[in-house]
Amino acid sequence: MDRKDRIRAFIQQSFKDYAIRDDEDIFSVGFVNSLFAMQLVRFIEGEFQITVENEDLDIDNFRTIDFISRLVERKTAAVVS
Amino acid sequence: MSLSLTKQHEALQSEARAFAREHLAPDAERWEAQQSLPGSVVEKLREHGYLGAIVPAEHGGRGMDLLAYGLLTEELGAASSSARSLLTVHDMVAYVLVKWGTAAQKQRWLGALASGARLGAFALSEPAVGSDASGVKSTARLEDGHYVLNGVKKWITFGEIADLILVFAQNDGKLSAFLVERGTPGLTTVPIRGMLGTRASMMAEVKLEECRIPKDHLVGGVGFGLSAVATTGLELGRYSIAWGSVGIGQGCVQASLRYAMERTQYGTQLRKHQLIQELITEMVTNVSAARLLCAQAGERIQAGDRHAMFSVMMAKYFSSRIAARAAADAVQLHGANGCSDAYPVARHLRDAKLMEIIEGSSQMQQMAIAKLAYQSIDVD
Repeated sequence: MDRKDRIRAFIQQSFKDYAIRDDEDIFSVGFVNSLFAMQLVRFIEGEFQITVENEDLDIDNFRTIDFISRLVERKTAAVVS
Repeated sequence: MSLSLTKQHEALQSEARAFAREHLAPDAERWEAQQSLPGSVVEKLREHGYLGAIVPAEHGGRGMDLLAYGLLTEELGAASSSARSLLTVHDMVAYVLVKWGTAAQKQRWLGALASGARLGAFALSEPAVGSDASGVKSTARLEDGHYVLNGVKKWITFGEIADLILVFAQNDGKLSAFLVERGTPGLTTVPIRGMLGTRASMMAEVKLEECRIPKDHLVGGVGFGLSAVATTGLELGRYSIAWGSVGIGQGCVQASLRYAMERTQYGTQLRKHQLIQELITEMVTNVSAARLLCAQAGERIQAGDRHAMFSVMMAKYFSSRIAARAAADAVQLHGANGCSDAYPVARHLRDAKLMEIIEGSSQMQQMAIAKLAYQSIDVD
């Protein structure tokens, strides 16, 4: 599975009967809460071996599957460099 | 899973047990009556490196792993739930700063929290806000490079003496977290007395009246107060409460075994009476099961496992419930003696009840666990 597939698979767990699009605002659909946000951070850190830090806490980094994927790409590139 | 302790874990457990038996157990009842923890006890916790023990060594802490921290918490909790609760709230603040603090915030405060030179407290609850944390009414407005805080926080453990308080407030309708230092104009604390349990945990109301703090006291970004900061702090808080509950349960086991060996009725030691054996069995088995759940939660947090929250909630829920049951049974086993302060079990019963309420009540845990079960468990 590529990066976006893995992110999608995780997020879809919280949207059992709803197929979330990659560009859809996951917080506006109404299935997620503050617990989900922490689970998402944990998932990103564990799955992609990166650390989500204070400066990453911008809601736009987590708003859609596309944005999350871009955050992971940026953080992964930073780790490699 | 089994509780696999390394030699280091065993050494810490022995150290913590000896500390608790020497410095906490003998006077725990007196502190409850006085409704305060002496400064000398705080100093001893500091000297032994127990405050801020989970802070990584690079920031001046002991860098304890989560299992070690749990074992420490259990031993302290078995002797004095009030003393244990200082570690809980202090370390919640330290844990939040380790994860979400800026470099400047870590530089400024983490070392002092790691050494215990400054004490932390976690101020989320309000007179009208408990389980529904998102409903916080305290406010923070940005003005001339400062945040100005207004509101009242309630049931703040060690709020009476904390030096650094993590306060949650709405900034333009976005729940955010702020560090407020004691001595800041506009911050006052008022002790709360007459609590059911952990009476020496120096709870307070924290009042904020046009309390101005520098802008860089914001932790974790505007709007991330609940989703990032509070949930991180509460994860450690629940973990600590879970182990603290195991401590209460273990305290009840020790007291009950001792009493059942010493006391005779109808010419026989209590321990030989079958219904007493039933009480002992329930206590011992439940405490052992709770300890394993706690260890699993620690392992998952340590590994960054995405199911860590699920484990922590189960551990907190189960451990606090069985601690309350164990304490009730321990009082029952002790009879009239169990209702007097000459034995610790009455105190354990009062303390155990609070564990079912704080850091997310049992009912909140039940709703969250059920929801997480659908996400975490494969039914196919």
